[in-house]
Amino acid sequence: MSKFKKKKDGELPPVSTASLPDIVFMLLFFFMTVTVMKDSSLLVENELPNATEIKKLEKKDRVIYVFIGKPSKDYQKVYGTEAKVQLNDKFADVSAVGDYILEERAKKAQELQNVLTTALKVDKKANMGIVMDVKQALRKVNALKVNYTTYEGDAFKNLQ
Amino acid sequence: MARRGGAPEVNAGSMADIAFLLLIFFLVTTTIETDAGLDRMLPPDEPPTDEPVILKQKNIFTVNINQNGQLLVEDELTDLKDLRAKAIAFLDNGGAAAGSDLYCDYCKGERDEASSDNPDKAIISLKNDRKTNYAVYITVQNELVGAYNDLRNRECQRLYKRNFTDMEAEYLNPETPQRTRDALKERVLKIQGLFPLKLSEAETSTN
Repeated sequence: MSKFKKKKDGELPPVSTASLPDIVFMLLFFFMTVTVMKDSSLLVENELPNATEIKKLEKKDRVIYVFIGKPSKDYQKVYGTEAKVQLNDKFADVSAVGDYILEERAKKAQELQNVLTTALKVDKKANMGIVMDVKQALRKVNALKVNYTTYEGDAFKNLQ
Repeated sequence: MARRGGAPEVNAGSMADIAFLLLIFFLVTTTIETDAGLDRMLPPDEPPTDEPVILKQKNIFTVNINQNGQLLVEDELTDLKDLRAKAIAFLDNGGAAAGSDLYCDYCKGERDEASSDNPDKAIISLKNDRKTNYAVYITVQNELVGAYNDLRNRECQRLYKRNFTDMEAEYLNPETPQRTRDALKERVLKIQGLFPLKLSEAETSTN
């Protein structure tokens, strides 16, 4: 009886999975570094229009977001189907926009307070009336730099 | 038999499972998005001055959007697709006579006396109804900004052999080195000066 059994021929050696954790960790670190936590969930329908002549919004810390659109399905029973403004995590009246901007501006660092941009994320089915009111409110608090956030795409697709 | 060597090896087989769990968590919460859109400046909210600024009618290009999304450009019903060409024709007109101080030597338009004097004087006035659809409004804004960009690109190609939109994007990109940006700033301002964006939005009419 031999001390060492001879391996049977034809049997494949098992693939080593020892480096699997390394690979997974690499992916993990990648996603950890690129992650930006969603800070507000959408309460309104927010399908943006398309445009071609767009500029990128650089530096997220200099942007204040205002969402406009009709309330999404779950909220339509309570809030109706008329387009509404969403600030942070709740519905708000147009008259609250000015205060919100001032509040957000006060939270930012001193040197950023003059270079803030207001990103208007408006659903493409909304009417201009509410947008005009928000713009008027922005003018009142001297937040003049706005960005109509859009998707990149053929602008004429908006009309269909 | 006495045990030799150090402590027994820890079983690390479940490490991958833990890492996967974390990985999936981050995958789900990740939103890789860079927002982009049309940059516009609102007019400052100032009390009306006593002296109204007097503008020549021919230097104003009126665009009206009604609640059905139809366009009235210079009192003519116009298709949205023709807006950009019309705006370019107006801005690039350069109607001031040769020799006067308003004369525009880089304009390639028709030099029609009844249209704008030069790009610096030319103003586009945009009016919309409260019931206008936002999508139409954005399309119109896009076309008007596009008209300016087309003209600026043309001048930038002539002067610096590159597109203005690329140059501006490089200038605005925070990753561009400061020295390059300083060099670009002068060029960007020069081109912007040739075709200054003068897009006025009056208060929405209520009727």
